[in-house]
Amino acid sequence: MAFKGQIIIDTEHCKGCGVCVPVCPMKCIELSKEVNGKGYNFTHTVNDSCIGCASCAMVCPDGVISVYKKKI
Amino acid sequence: MNKDMEARRQELLNQGYEEVYTRTKVLTDAVMHYCPGCGHGTTHRLIAEVIDEMGIQDNVVGVSPVGCSVLAYNYFDVDFQEAAHGRAPAVATAIKRLNPDTFVFTYQGDGDLAAIGTAETIHAANRGENMTMIFVNNGIYGMTGGQMAPTTLVGMRSATTPYGRRVDLNGYPLRMTELLSTLPGTYYVTRQSVQNPAAVRKAKAAIRKAFENQKLKKGLSFVEILSNCNSGWKMTPVAANKWMEDNMMPNYPIGDIKVDGKICEGIDANRLVLDHPLTVMQ
Ligand SMILES: Cc1ncc(C[n+]2csc(CCOP(=O)(O)OP(=O)(O)O)c2C)c(N)n1
Ligand code: SF4
Ligand code: SF4
Ligand code: SF4
Ligand SMILES: [Mg+2]
Repeated sequence: MAFKGQIIIDTEHCKGCGVCVPVCPMKCIELSKEVNGKGYNFTHTVNDSCIGCASCAMVCPDGVISVYKKKI
Repeated sequence: MNKDMEARRQELLNQGYEEVYTRTKVLTDAVMHYCPGCGHGTTHRLIAEVIDEMGIQDNVVGVSPVGCSVLAYNYFDVDFQEAAHGRAPAVATAIKRLNPDTFVFTYQGDGDLAAIGTAETIHAANRGENMTMIFVNNGIYGMTGGQMAPTTLVGMRSATTPYGRRVDLNGYPLRMTELLSTLPGTYYVTRQSVQNPAAVRKAKAAIRKAFENQKLKKGLSFVEILSNCNSGWKMTPVAANKWMEDNMMPNYPIGDIKVDGKICEGIDANRLVLDHPLTVMQ
């Protein structure tokens, strides 16, 4: 069974620490070149291959990633 | 979640997506003051998720330490008491004894728990206080600028060991968790970490067990969490997590040490009596 996932990142509260980037099995996440109000290079998604595994959310110290998935 | 995020969430739910993960309401909306990537944040999240999942938000009291997590009470939407440096187990003892059916936990760093608070830690464990202690070991005094802690590794550089910790001068790293496991008052003793998704899931299960154990009234449940102090170690968060795996873990092995009041199979006596099989860093 395959899943399609989506994540919502609270970019204003992301601290750009980058620990979510290497743990994504689908390489969906990168740090953006832009900064948020606090000056951090927040994360954004760079492709559409998220499977909703929540690995990124598990390691985010600030809990700023919400994860959604549905069967396809 | 702000308005745009909430709208996006509704859109996804309407499209048949289920919510797999979102920030627990047991954390307040306050932005944690921790450095980006610090394991304190992850550990807070896990404790809050356990409180949420156990449905005990109205019946839990946390005790925060002195150290970077001194302000932990701002981040949990539960009752909290701040203790003097190292005294969290003593304060928590009083709270638990006066409220035996309330879930009580301490949250402490290695400087707090294993240096200035060593006596309080050992005696709370030896008395078998029926509470949960969370011990965040980053091998350093993070808050005050990265001085050596009792847990600092041999050879590890810190503000007060600029050429690396030396056994002849600074003694041995203190394995508080192994030490406590030898006391009859401890019921559950484990060491976990929070640097990758698998480790996080295991650490959360350990914290859950440590809270559930309070219902049994059989003694102290103690969870050490190995964590990075990327600022103190002067590394990026990702490099610090790798450094932790390479250097902290050989000296502080991950896994359960004592479960249901019994030392786990495969735990070697040398580790418990603190023989010195400590690797020296390069
Ligand atoms: C009585 C007293 N002595 C010393 C200090 C200075 N001090 C503040 S935090 C700290 C150590 C914190 O280290 P740790 O418990 O490892 O917490 P971390 O910041 O690494 O999470 C010290 C020595 C103090 N605040 N009060
Ligand atoms: S949920 Fe999994 S696949 Fe999706 S972005 Fe996060 S880590 Fe990557
Ligand atoms: S782990 Fe969280 S805070 Fe860190 S970069 Fe990723 S989303 Fe941002
Ligand atoms: S100084 Fe270290 S322990 Fe303190 S918040 Fe920063 S990374 Fe975390
Ligand atoms: Mg510390």
